[in-house]
Amino acid sequence: MSDLLLRVSNLKTVIGSGDSPVRVVDGLDLEIRRGETFTLLGESGCGKSMSALSIMRLLPMGGHIIDGTVELDGVDLLKLPEQEMRRVRGGRMAMIFQEPMTSLNPVMSVGKQIAESVQLHDNLRGAAITKRVVELLDDVGIPDPERRAQEYPHQLSGGMKQRVMIAMALAGRPELLIADEPTTALDVTIQAQVLELMGRLKREYGMAILQITHDLGVVAESSDHLAVMYAGQVVERASCRGFFNKPLHPYSQKLFDSLPTEQKRDRPLSVIKGTVPPLDSQFIGCRFADRCDHVFDRCRSEVPQWDLLSEGQGVRCHLYDQIDPKVGTLCLPTETVVEPCEQEKRDKPTLLSVSDLKVHFPIYKGLFKRTVGAVKAVDGLSLAIKEGRTLALVGESGCGKTTVGKAILQLIRPTAGSAKFDGDELTQLSRSALRTRRRDMQIIFQDPVSSMNPRMLVGDIVAEGMVAQSIGVDHADRQERVERLLEQVGLPVSAINRYPHEFSGGQRQRICIARALAVNPRLIICDEPTSALDVSVQAQILNLLKSLQSELGLSYLFITHNISVVAYLAHEVAVMYLGRIVEQGTVEEVLQTPAHPYTQALLSAVPVPDPERAKERIHLQGDMPSPAVPPVGCHFHPRCPQATDLCKQAYPDRVVLSDTHTVYCIHTER
Amino acid sequence: MTINLLLSRLISALLVIFGVICLVFLLLHMVPGDPVEVMLGESARPADRAALRLALGLDRPILEQLFSYLNGLLHFDLGQSLHSRQPITELLMQRLPATLELTGAALAIAVITALPLGVMAALYQGKKQDSGAMLFSLLGISIPNFWLGPMLILLFSLWLGWTPVSGRDAPGALILPAITLGTALAAILARMVRSTLLEVLHEDYIRTAQAKGLARSQVIWRHALGNAWLPIITLLGLQLGALLDGAVITETIFDWPGLGSLLVESIQKRDYPAVQGCVLLISVTYVVVNMLTDLLYSWVDPRIRIGET
Repeated sequence: MSDLLLRVSNLKTVIGSGDSPVRVVDGLDLEIRRGETFTLLGESGCGKSMSALSIMRLLPMGGHIIDGTVELDGVDLLKLPEQEMRRVRGGRMAMIFQEPMTSLNPVMSVGKQIAESVQLHDNLRGAAITKRVVELLDDVGIPDPERRAQEYPHQLSGGMKQRVMIAMALAGRPELLIADEPTTALDVTIQAQVLELMGRLKREYGMAILQITHDLGVVAESSDHLAVMYAGQVVERASCRGFFNKPLHPYSQKLFDSLPTEQKRDRPLSVIKGTVPPLDSQFIGCRFADRCDHVFDRCRSEVPQWDLLSEGQGVRCHLYDQIDPKVGTLCLPTETVVEPCEQEKRDKPTLLSVSDLKVHFPIYKGLFKRTVGAVKAVDGLSLAIKEGRTLALVGESGCGKTTVGKAILQLIRPTAGSAKFDGDELTQLSRSALRTRRRDMQIIFQDPVSSMNPRMLVGDIVAEGMVAQSIGVDHADRQERVERLLEQVGLPVSAINRYPHEFSGGQRQRICIARALAVNPRLIICDEPTSALDVSVQAQILNLLKSLQSELGLSYLFITHNISVVAYLAHEVAVMYLGRIVEQGTVEEVLQTPAHPYTQALLSAVPVPDPERAKERIHLQGDMPSPAVPPVGCHFHPRCPQATDLCKQAYPDRVVLSDTHTVYCIHTER
Repeated sequence: MTINLLLSRLISALLVIFGVICLVFLLLHMVPGDPVEVMLGESARPADRAALRLALGLDRPILEQLFSYLNGLLHFDLGQSLHSRQPITELLMQRLPATLELTGAALAIAVITALPLGVMAALYQGKKQDSGAMLFSLLGISIPNFWLGPMLILLFSLWLGWTPVSGRDAPGALILPAITLGTALAAILARMVRSTLLEVLHEDYIRTAQAKGLARSQVIWRHALGNAWLPIITLLGLQLGALLDGAVITETIFDWPGLGSLLVESIQKRDYPAVQGCVLLISVTYVVVNMLTDLLYSWVDPRIRIGET
């Protein structure tokens, strides 16, 4: 048995046919050894998922492999008849997917779905199958596996569903597990659980993992070797440690530079100009040339060849060419012009103050729709935002942070509590007064695709708010303002007469920002505005938001689950758990000296893009409880590593640590 | 929870049926035409007419008639036919089996042709098989019963002599009416099967099933159709109304002794209680079938059956 498990060479996959098929994978070479974790790293659309699907021969309709070999243990999978390939699929080679929510059949119990795999790849019959299913569920850390096997996917949380997917993959005792963004859709504490589980199973089952991700942090945590993909090709291959020490390809370097961190707070993030070239075009030179800071003549005229620098390390870039080495110029950090950061003041007037805000959604049951309880999405929340400052509201999905944003804007009427904006009590305002007030408060949503009417022109989308608020004297005046706004957010004026679908994700988010700015707001609620975007695009949007803040003195309520964005952008942080704020303070206080056990766990679960910095991880057990029946006492105590009996008695009081830093935990020392 | 669900469905179903009864009763009495005139002929003496009207209770105020009819319903008494003096319940029971047989056969034909046709169209999307199936479906939807029926009679009964022209007694009499009635439903159903299946085939869990190493047929029959059933069941429940509608016309064409032809005869004779009885039975069937569809739906879909936890 050789050490080499999978060798992919010159794999080419196209989608569509005719004159210009989209070449999603264009000459992929990979080698994966037994027992190692190999990562394909890249941004969306670079062809990494298509590479994995090609290896599994599971391409979507219209996809074809046109060239190359995929050898598993010396056998070329591309030459196998479909019937034999089916035995490999789910047997020697299994795959799990990004979306555990939709990847399980909703009308079949999870036990049955796992049993299907067991039946296909294990010579078991009858009761032995059931036993094996329970064993597998136990293996992936699902408590009470006998009962869970009877349940349907909708009864399980996202993390549990991904565990079920893993159990299904393990059923055939695979030698290679392909994991396509296995934790991207999960919360960070759940992501930590799943990554740890995959690491453990890899050792126990002695399998190799081909991991696909866009997250440098996840790479650093779990890989042995990696390849960076760009526009359908591998542009760099390295050992994990080597890569993080010194990324070689200009694209890889840019990926690091565009990561938001605390150290970069005082300057704009480095961005990659332009967008990924369309994959149906003919490339003459290097595919990255148009976006590269180090581009020179040869890059545009000659395709860079693969340079093997040492064993397992290589790069596709003219800078490393033996004939004309230009490596020396590359190590200089690409310093962008540092804009002087606005002097931070703490004594600015308060713009928005929310106190004891509650949003309860009643649960109806029975024949007469009696109210039998309430989902306490937001349950007594207080916060304040000063003029020109950013408050980050951090929490995992389901903690109620989006509801807070909507309740402040009165898009959902709060059940109780107050929200004062510049002295006005928003909850008491009449409809018409509220409508006028809306010009001061705007919102940007997570998904720029679904938050714009696809049948409206961009110009009309941006101008709509102005029309509603009677801003601008006439159509021409508004048109002129729309043009100015589009320029302000970095879009060409010609965008006015185009439709949203003609733009990329990042550009669409810029349109959404322009729309929000159109009515001259003072507060913008940003609800996860960058979480649907790639890192390099996220950097552009964060830069834009930051420069708009210093130009226009905007205040932001920044709703997010991304701690590094918080570190880069926010002034103050509020951490939310199950409808309540558990800790609040300035960004330094909360991120450097977190006082609440939940904050500590949350911060420790964030994967750091640095394999050298192995950190102490606090593992949280289980999932967040339902907000319909929050635990008695401190909401966090069932998952808290520091919990004592005292925690079950009552919800903890506020503990003041400094003027700005407060926490709700009885174990905090003042 | 299930008991509650059942109870609330039952109450709303009863309300719907009550509404239908009242509406049909009032409408019938507003339509021009007079049962007495039909029974006695135009030359009857006014005194005889008045006597008959009194005997039938038609002289009373309309609301009073409605109340007495509703009162009768409570005791399962649907009244007597004005024409044959037969109890309506008896009349309906004589005719019901024929209609059940016809609609059942039509439904079976529809499902048996539509399912493979729709699956084939979905699997060969954009290819010849797909266009063929969709052409059939387009024809099936656009050809009306009252044209298709006579054409089938012309071809199979008169020219080829394979099937009887009309009636229910001869062997093979069921074939033509069932095809006539089932074609439209088959056409709609085939389209529905195709589109739901296409939608389901793009779902992530289909990819998961393939990644397990399942054969294509297993993926389609177990995973794809398992999910595609849900909207198809709903459509079937709703389309039953159209089927009963169509039965009225089809039965008339083929002289099929079912509820539909009874309804048409009774309307012509202004036999109020008989019309009323037919409509009541049809509406009750429709409501009950839709209620069963709902319950079946919640039984097939665990997300409804068990609810979120």
